[in-house]
Amino acid sequence: MNLAVLRLVLVRIATAILTLAFVSAAVFAGTEILPGDVAEAVLGQNATPEAIEGLRQALHLDAPAYVRYFLWLGALLSGDPGRSLVNNLPVAGLIASRLPNSLMLAGVTAVVSVPIALTLGILSAIWRGSLFDRVASFLTMSVVAVPEFLIATLCVIIFAVHLHWFPALSYADGIVSLHQFFRVFALPVFTLSCMLIAQMMRMTRAAVIDTLRSSYIEMAVLKGAQPMRVALIHALPNAIGPIANAVALSLSFLLGGVVIVEIIFNYPGLARVLVDAVSVRDMPLVQACVMIFCATYLFLVMLADIAGVLSNPRLRH
Amino acid sequence: MSVDQTITAVEAQAPPRHRVRLPLAGMIGAAIVAFWVVVAIIGPYIAPHDVGALVDDGFGPLRWGQPLGSDYLGRDVLSRILVGARYSIGVAAAATFLAILMGGTLGMLAAVSRGLVDMMLSRFFDGLISIPSKMSALIVVAALGSSIPVLIVTIAVIFTPGAFRIWRALAVNVNALDFVEVARARGEGTGYLIREEILPNIAGPVLTDFGLRFVFAVLLLSSLSFLGLGVQPPNADWGSLVRENMNGLAEAAAAVIVPALAIAILTIGVNLLIDNLPGRGSSAGEH
Amino acid sequence: MAPLVKVEGLRVTARDERGRNSVIVKDVSFEVQPGEVVALIGESGSGKTTIALSLMGYARSGARIAGGSITFDGRNVLGMRQRELSSLRGRDIAYVPQSAAASFNPARPLLKQVIESSQLHRVMSQAEAEAKAVSLFHELVLPNPERVGERFPHQVSGGQLQRLLAAMALVTDPKLVIFDEPTTALDVTTQIEVLRVFKKAIKERVTTAVYVSHDLAVVAQLADRIIVLRDGAIREVDTTARILTEPKNEYTKSLLAAAEPLERTATINALQATSAPPVLEVKSVLAGYGAVDREGIPALPVLRDVSLTIKSGTTLGVIGESGCGKSTLARVIAGLLPAARGEIMLNGVKLPLSAAERTRDQLRRVQIVFQTADTALNPARPIGRILGRPLEFYHGISGDKQRRRVAELLDMVRLPAIMADRYPNELSGGQKQRVNLARALAAEPSLMLCDEVTSALDTVVVAAILDLLAELQRELGVAYLFISHDLSTVKAVCDEVMILYAGQMMEHGSRSALRQRPLHPYSNLLISSVPELRQGWLDGINETVLKEASAGVARPARGETCSFFERCSVRIPGCCDVEPTPFRQLSKGARIRCQRTEEELMQPTVR
Repeated sequence: MNLAVLRLVLVRIATAILTLAFVSAAVFAGTEILPGDVAEAVLGQNATPEAIEGLRQALHLDAPAYVRYFLWLGALLSGDPGRSLVNNLPVAGLIASRLPNSLMLAGVTAVVSVPIALTLGILSAIWRGSLFDRVASFLTMSVVAVPEFLIATLCVIIFAVHLHWFPALSYADGIVSLHQFFRVFALPVFTLSCMLIAQMMRMTRAAVIDTLRSSYIEMAVLKGAQPMRVALIHALPNAIGPIANAVALSLSFLLGGVVIVEIIFNYPGLARVLVDAVSVRDMPLVQACVMIFCATYLFLVMLADIAGVLSNPRLRH
Repeated sequence: MSVDQTITAVEAQAPPRHRVRLPLAGMIGAAIVAFWVVVAIIGPYIAPHDVGALVDDGFGPLRWGQPLGSDYLGRDVLSRILVGARYSIGVAAAATFLAILMGGTLGMLAAVSRGLVDMMLSRFFDGLISIPSKMSALIVVAALGSSIPVLIVTIAVIFTPGAFRIWRALAVNVNALDFVEVARARGEGTGYLIREEILPNIAGPVLTDFGLRFVFAVLLLSSLSFLGLGVQPPNADWGSLVRENMNGLAEAAAAVIVPALAIAILTIGVNLLIDNLPGRGSSAGEH
Repeated sequence: MAPLVKVEGLRVTARDERGRNSVIVKDVSFEVQPGEVVALIGESGSGKTTIALSLMGYARSGARIAGGSITFDGRNVLGMRQRELSSLRGRDIAYVPQSAAASFNPARPLLKQVIESSQLHRVMSQAEAEAKAVSLFHELVLPNPERVGERFPHQVSGGQLQRLLAAMALVTDPKLVIFDEPTTALDVTTQIEVLRVFKKAIKERVTTAVYVSHDLAVVAQLADRIIVLRDGAIREVDTTARILTEPKNEYTKSLLAAAEPLERTATINALQATSAPPVLEVKSVLAGYGAVDREGIPALPVLRDVSLTIKSGTTLGVIGESGCGKSTLARVIAGLLPAARGEIMLNGVKLPLSAAERTRDQLRRVQIVFQTADTALNPARPIGRILGRPLEFYHGISGDKQRRRVAELLDMVRLPAIMADRYPNELSGGQKQRVNLARALAAEPSLMLCDEVTSALDTVVVAAILDLLAELQRELGVAYLFISHDLSTVKAVCDEVMILYAGQMMEHGSRSALRQRPLHPYSNLLISSVPELRQGWLDGINETVLKEASAGVARPARGETCSFFERCSVRIPGCCDVEPTPFRQLSKGARIRCQRTEEELMQPTVR
């Protein structure tokens, strides 16, 4: 690692932090577009003027928007995103009880999907035009093009309703044995993995094919290298950056998929908290959940970019 | 004969003009898209029952009068799907159109203006695009509640950065070509450059982009509706139909599966069509 | 003796993106004897690379070897299975491609790639292969041969990469080496050294080689026999000497004629009429890209202190290698890239530096014509509209009058009037370039900036375009700034010539002054590097020139010192790289930028 690379990586990290700041401003602005008075909306029309005034004070509603933004940001950074408008519980506590469940779901899915998707994507690229590739292309295109809840619904119908292999609903609490763990996670993870693998495989295939079009690949073939060697020794090292990018972008798909899957399987994760909060307009909770999702996404994309920088021989040497 | 099927694309001669002919897959895609557009327009007139009418008890069986059965309240599923096409396709198409109008115009402007304008617009949209689309949608719906205009504008705003990026990238490619430089050296203004030099030369890829973005819009809208945050009762798009009938999955699967399949057929149709459009990715416009 | 390679009735078809088949190689038959160097020569689209690749049983994607037979060393190449082909490639037949930079894997060190074929085919142990590679590096005159293999492709210059490719091909001692335009991507001054080491390596080993090129002069130095190709078919096969001196085929003759364009007579009258102000005067222009510092100097200066004048109705040629800033010069004059410093005067009147601030009439009088006709015409608009727009924009001509004027313009560039309804992709390269010129003429300019207008065209078409330019100048009195990397083209059309190197003007004088000594050291190198169309030219090059040629890449110097310092054979360390370089007026009439005096430069060995 040399100084130029270090600089690029630092710049990338700084960019990610700046972007996160921008995103927080956008999220805050998004929740500010509600016309009317939040305090009145929260307390209802029968509230006393004193109560409303009190809440206004507590929420700093009289301060200008940018002041409230910084107050909110400061609170968020110090780990206290306020209290729920609906049940007055601390948002931090609500999130803390659910976040591990979501991370578990996403983590297990990623561990299952990434190796499968990369292997299939690379094979598809090497054997492009073959029957395997064409079938895989059509299947992945279909999965990517259909709504997530269709896949989830089909899984429920097949595995839960007809085959009775797994329960249709998952409760992560009270898992004691590996068997239970498997039963609880199997369907949600399978559903999410289907979507993730399809997405990631397409992008990996595209990235590797792009690399296979280079002149140095033709040169390797003309040196007498066998196709597998060409792909693994010559193409793959140059495709790491694009593949890392494909993985990161697909993982953002995972975030969206988690929302649907948690709802369908009634899985007690963060995404369900978010959706419930949205339907009752519990703004502090919405803001905090969205920031967690956005930060995770930005972090993944940043990691991918850094992997791209580190895998680039022009920069490494 | 053992000849490698490899790698470097052969530079093709510029093809002479000729009539556009779609491959079979493209024709199928076009037919599917055309079918749903027609349904979206005439759906309410061909629906066998009124969308609100209760034709039997909840989750009724499939029979002649109700080929897809009835929903959780006992309304005809087929009629609701035919009418729902309007919402699914209409809202998505309107939002896509709006997104392309905003993102496309600003994208071409950024490409042609270069310099500071380009940098500021690009940075701004780079920031926006780093919020996952579902998250943005959830925030706005949380703040404003859900209604058709809010949905259209929200989805449009969410897809504007993506449209900006693609259009800008396409326009930057064309903008670097010598004929645009010649026009610029001639003293032509920004409006002329965009209208005469850039736009006609990105028409093909841009059409593809419209299709892709429309698919994303359909999927996002149906996801929102599925979460109960999209089209609100008594109206229903296909995503809402899936949500409404989710509890009847065991006894009346058709009420859940068919609306979901309708979405899938539409989006796969659009994909087939745009994947097989002629001149895809080339800068030469069809004339 | 049995031929090493025997090709009979070879036919290759290609399928375009719309799925239509066309024949790109038609019934080609030839033989290559052991120890012989055979050249395949032709223009783009002649099928020369396709034929060369099919010798290895290889066709690029979209292409298919559809018929005929290829026998290599008694074996039928086209009947081989995948595994047999792999064992042939890199072992018995080695390939040296055109673009070295793209042909090396950026992620692997050079030595690993150079010896890869020897390891794949288990020809020798890794240690033996590495030792052999290093000895080849010595032989191919690579700097630092012991260590160069540890580097990565992006750390090595283009000329060196090309030599490394040759080492890669030779490491297994193949029976046949295919060179596919190995020097085309290089600048002339780099090409000469590469050619020389290639020739030495071929001759010493008595290697059998197939050398693919479009450049007759290059091929004349290396080949024993030449096969002339056009449109996928053989036009003529003969020994090199016979092809050069007594060609039989008409096409061969036109290739030979085009390789050495006739010099047209200078427009002497115009040159001497000094009373009128010059049509264009550029005074110490500084321009570049990137952020601008406090003194207004861009981060990446491309042109530094360039001045020139063009007299009305004459042609100034600007010549230099890629990256020297010649295209930037045209963009600066046109106002597309406003200069950071300096002045541009048109007919004695100062022009605003940016096109956006110029009046419509000022814009009209300077027209720019770009290199690639393919990208210079809007593919979505018919020719009539492309030509009509400047008429409307500058002269307000529209409707029927515009249509008549478009027909006149087309006639002026020798195109039929029906072309007005065609779209650019229906035209050939030469036709497009004519339309390109017509569009500039539509403005009725007093100066046309021609940026490499002939570089993308086939040699035979070039001559016709040059004739057209000369004719238009005679009829319309328009002045040209003619930018090119090709010395023979510049010498053929220009009254005066300016030589650029790394953003600095090195020499500026009349065309005839280029033939008189003394020359600026860079001019000297450039002129002696251009291959001449005779056998033995390469062997007669003197060693000083070669030394300069091999000394590496153009790097803009800091400040006002000389950019050519590192490669110059008469440099004065401690002076040239420290002091600002002065301009000198030579007695032959030219101006040069050099620390050396005229007398010093006249001496054959200054040092």
